[in-house]
Amino acid sequence: MTRRRPLPPKVRRGLWVACLLAPAAAVMTLFVVVPVLGAFADAFRSFQGPRPTGWVGLANLRDVLFVAPYAAATWRALGHNIVVLLSLMVVQNGLAYLIAFALLKALPGHRVHQVIVFLPVVLSAIVVGILWKLLLNPIFGAVNETLALIGIQGLPWLGDARTALGSIIAANAWHWMGFPALIFLAAMQRIPREALEAARIDGATDRVLLARIIWPLVAPATTIVVVLTFIGSFNWFELPYVMTGLEGSPGGATDVLGLLFYRTAFGAVSSGLEDFGHGSALAVLMFVVVAAVSAVALRVLRAREIEL
Amino acid sequence: MTERRLAWQLLLGANAVIMILPLLVMLLSATRTNAEIFASPLGLPTRAALANVVKVWQETDFPLYLANSVIVTTGSVAAILVFGTMAAYALARYRFRGAGAVYLFFVAGLMLPLKLAIIPLFIQLDTLHLLDTRLGLILVYVAMGLPSAVFILTGFLRTLPGELEESARLDGACELMVMLRIMLPLARPALVIAGIQNAVPIWNDFFFPLVILTSDRLKTLPQGLTIFMGEFNTDWGVLFAGLTLAALPITLVYIALSRQFIAGLTQGAIK
Repeated sequence: MTRRRPLPPKVRRGLWVACLLAPAAAVMTLFVVVPVLGAFADAFRSFQGPRPTGWVGLANLRDVLFVAPYAAATWRALGHNIVVLLSLMVVQNGLAYLIAFALLKALPGHRVHQVIVFLPVVLSAIVVGILWKLLLNPIFGAVNETLALIGIQGLPWLGDARTALGSIIAANAWHWMGFPALIFLAAMQRIPREALEAARIDGATDRVLLARIIWPLVAPATTIVVVLTFIGSFNWFELPYVMTGLEGSPGGATDVLGLLFYRTAFGAVSSGLEDFGHGSALAVLMFVVVAAVSAVALRVLRAREIEL
Repeated sequence: MTERRLAWQLLLGANAVIMILPLLVMLLSATRTNAEIFASPLGLPTRAALANVVKVWQETDFPLYLANSVIVTTGSVAAILVFGTMAAYALARYRFRGAGAVYLFFVAGLMLPLKLAIIPLFIQLDTLHLLDTRLGLILVYVAMGLPSAVFILTGFLRTLPGELEESARLDGACELMVMLRIMLPLARPALVIAGIQNAVPIWNDFFFPLVILTSDRLKTLPQGLTIFMGEFNTDWGVLFAGLTLAALPITLVYIALSRQFIAGLTQGAIK
């Protein structure tokens, strides 16, 4: 074999850069770009099992939005997702804001509290869901046992249509509250100390500090928390799946879009065999709603952010 | 003033109780018999009993699920870090045409919820004969993790000074050596952050294994737990023991590395 002439340095460097980029670009193309584009195409197709059988235009989208029996399930699930979103926004994120402020004060043990509040965040939603399902059991669960200690008669939390969704929301808040709390805390720590001390000297109470001074200054953190809570609420799947099952029992009281999408696409007792066409239509709708609302929310929330 | 501090201290205390108590009940119940739990859900263990833990370990597929989770998580995170570092290094340390577009291509993936593309992903894996394989699952996780890894690592590698690189080149080191010997050792903190940020959600993930894996021998821990819950739904001591064993590894690592965990998991959101 003859010795090849070395390539000019510029070409060599170009090849080197291409080699560095190639594996990542290949995986991303194959497993993100192609499937995401495919997801949009599939919504307009009919399927036989996993094989597309032809184009059906807007029929799938029309079915899941306006035609029985699909439409009723879609709108009910959407309603539940909105309830989840609003409750988490108020309960989980509101508490997180207060906890962040308490942590900001650097009271004794604040580092330990910081570790504790974030501990559930690292656990799997499956562990959290099963744990709370056991704790909420009406007969043998620790929750009702604890309530009995203070003379309150507990309920069959997950079995009653009036309390089931709320119970899962509470489990979600327990699981995730540490995340917004530490995002708020990081933002609060960036506020110059002098600003807070000056306000204190002027006689500002904690309530005034939290509502008038810190709130506008942590606006960028609020933007992130609101958008992530929104995306999380619309992708809700694991917690209801383990706590009340794929059908969103009792009687669909905990059915959300994630469960409905999975049942429609991959089949379940209530919806029969896998149906990739209607499943894709639901996925595209969820994607469009999440993308559109996130974009609007980002725009609106960014507008109230001020530079420090 | 002190009263006000007391109120906030109480809030933190109450919060800590609410966060810890469920986990404590789980841990204690794992050592109690069914009869004890049914008699009083909140009671203390009467004797140190590891019977439930032994049962989980010996009579169920728990060790298998644990091993699968370890394999899938390590494989995915290793590939994310290797491929992510390579791409980030190219983007951060070289100037070439189209660099901006390539960077956008990677980072755009940050915004896409890949879950919603599960149907075409499923068909794609089926076509490639990767359905119901560990490799298929790992490739999906790599694709999902690369955007954030490229984002964090590019940002970090850009901040490293150029002089080191230049002097190594003048000493005759080739590009590969410059990257491996000089630059990457400096990028360790960013690699830890990117690693944790991906390892935790992959370790905990349930959705992708649920769709991609059907063979029992391949299933990961979260998936295994749901099977387990069906099999032992009347044996609460065993259920609590299984939950405890499942939660333990990540909890211990978190307590040891809490600073890096918190930074890793919140960083993507803050930047």
